[in-house]
Amino acid sequence: MKKRFMNDWVKICYLMLIAGFVLVPLLAAVLGGFKSLGELQSNPIGLPNNWEFEHYGAVLNNPFLWNSMKNSFVISSMTLILTLLGGAMTAFTFSHIRFVGHRYVYSYFLLGMMFPFATGILPLFIKIRDLGLLDSFYGVVIPQVAFGLAMAILLFKTFFEQLPAELFDAARVDGCGYARFFFEIVIPLSTPILATVGVFVLVTSWNNYLLPLVVLNNSDLYPWTLGIMQYQGEFAVEWNKVLAYVSITVLPALAFFIVAQKYIVAGLTGGAVKG
Amino acid sequence: MPQDTTSLSQGKAQTSWFSRNNQGGRLWTLLLFLPPALCLFTLFVVVPLFEASFFSFYRWNGIGELNNYLGLQNYSKVIGHSAFHTAIGNTLKIVAVSLLIQLPLALSVALCVYKQSWANTVFRLIFFLPYILAEVVAGLIWKFIYDGNYGVVNMFTEFFGLENYFILGDKQWAFAAILIVIIWKYFGFHMMIFIAALQGVPNDLVEAAKIDGATRLQTTFLIKIPLIKHAIILSMFFSILGALQLFDLIIPLTNGGPSHSSHSIVSYLYTFGISRMRIGFGSAIGVLLFIACVVFAFTYQNAFMKDKK
Repeated sequence: MKKRFMNDWVKICYLMLIAGFVLVPLLAAVLGGFKSLGELQSNPIGLPNNWEFEHYGAVLNNPFLWNSMKNSFVISSMTLILTLLGGAMTAFTFSHIRFVGHRYVYSYFLLGMMFPFATGILPLFIKIRDLGLLDSFYGVVIPQVAFGLAMAILLFKTFFEQLPAELFDAARVDGCGYARFFFEIVIPLSTPILATVGVFVLVTSWNNYLLPLVVLNNSDLYPWTLGIMQYQGEFAVEWNKVLAYVSITVLPALAFFIVAQKYIVAGLTGGAVKG
Repeated sequence: MPQDTTSLSQGKAQTSWFSRNNQGGRLWTLLLFLPPALCLFTLFVVVPLFEASFFSFYRWNGIGELNNYLGLQNYSKVIGHSAFHTAIGNTLKIVAVSLLIQLPLALSVALCVYKQSWANTVFRLIFFLPYILAEVVAGLIWKFIYDGNYGVVNMFTEFFGLENYFILGDKQWAFAAILIVIIWKYFGFHMMIFIAALQGVPNDLVEAAKIDGATRLQTTFLIKIPLIKHAIILSMFFSILGALQLFDLIIPLTNGGPSHSSHSIVSYLYTFGISRMRIGFGSAIGVLLFIACVVFAFTYQNAFMKDKK
């Protein structure tokens, strides 16, 4: 029994150590926003002796921050809706309509998961430019949707195939067509998988950096990931301001994480596991 | 949405191929559901890929005519570029650190917290937290930690009475600093994969082994770990693919510097291809990256993940 106790104790120490490794940088960032530059220098991670609220205040009153958050919100919501709708509809053609050659078309989509976004980024840039979509949200949203489809289709198809076949047979006997079956029966039954895929798409889009960096030049359209880099560029050495800005941009992600925890873990890892 | 559910009884062409296959609006639905995604995917994912291999034979700045055919010169330039060698070396370092440090760390942590209890849930959430942060945020936070004038590194140098040390400006150690951030950011993701797998290990096997006198270490190494082999294989797959794609973290931390010593493949592509608008050169890097990914994905899946399919 004593040995057991020792084991647990070692285990807890180990976990605390790693938790420290994870949390110290985060706490240092949040607390750093409350410190003066001088204090930041002498005491980078501890509680501030002198709580200075003006840095957070200044960030919260910065219209650039709110504008970039709003842009990110618009971009991610559009990406979310289009990916879910497009992905689910396409997956439904593979799971229920089963047209000739659907296996090949499905494999074709899955190819999209094989390579990183960056491989075709220059031709993609040229394409977006030629379509006149540079400096517009569509230039970010459409490629994001296109790249998100593969994963969405994979997860939706697996889920739709597990829906009981009797459901479909019964609906058909009652004269319900394919489209109506999809919108009135499949979609309402698919909330768990919609949430899982949705979380994945939302987080990926919210955190995307490379694509907006290439597509957007006008800083009024910047999503928050570009905004934060620009802000850091302006206030490079005033770390207290930068840390306050960083901490505030983390809040939406954190709130979302707490609310949708279950789906986040499923969406970000479960999705991966099934692939 | 279209209510074409009655097309079954729509009169004359009832025996035609179309109406036989269109029962319940099957074909209409197909025509409505499939093309949007198919076009989008083809146009924005597949076509750029082919165009990249085409552009990679030219020198082009994106404006004007595409007439400066170079053959394979772009490729030989990339392959002979010392910064590219560094980027490849760095990618291999990420792979090594992921496999030798990150995954064992994730696995050990997963073994500690996979059972259901509120304390374990708290630990799990803490460990997973860095993964949900954007890479640029993680990069900026660690840039502060590593800052020789302000951050934690400064705290240590001050404590030991040393001179200010800027690790991210040190050619020799900048990438090592990035590797620590990579472990910090991603080990929670792998932990979650392992936890999901460990929870699927049948408890009676573990109990039976205990009754037979197996120690804790034995049950761990001889039962639990072999039974989650598929998860470990999967984690390795994601680590390597992730190493090939790393970009967002590099930019805030070092921007590839000092003197191009800390580039990943994608940040190399960004610096030398995109930001200088050298479409041909950048496309050549993209093509090489694509080949690396596809070759890796296929061989890896054939070698290790075959039984799953």
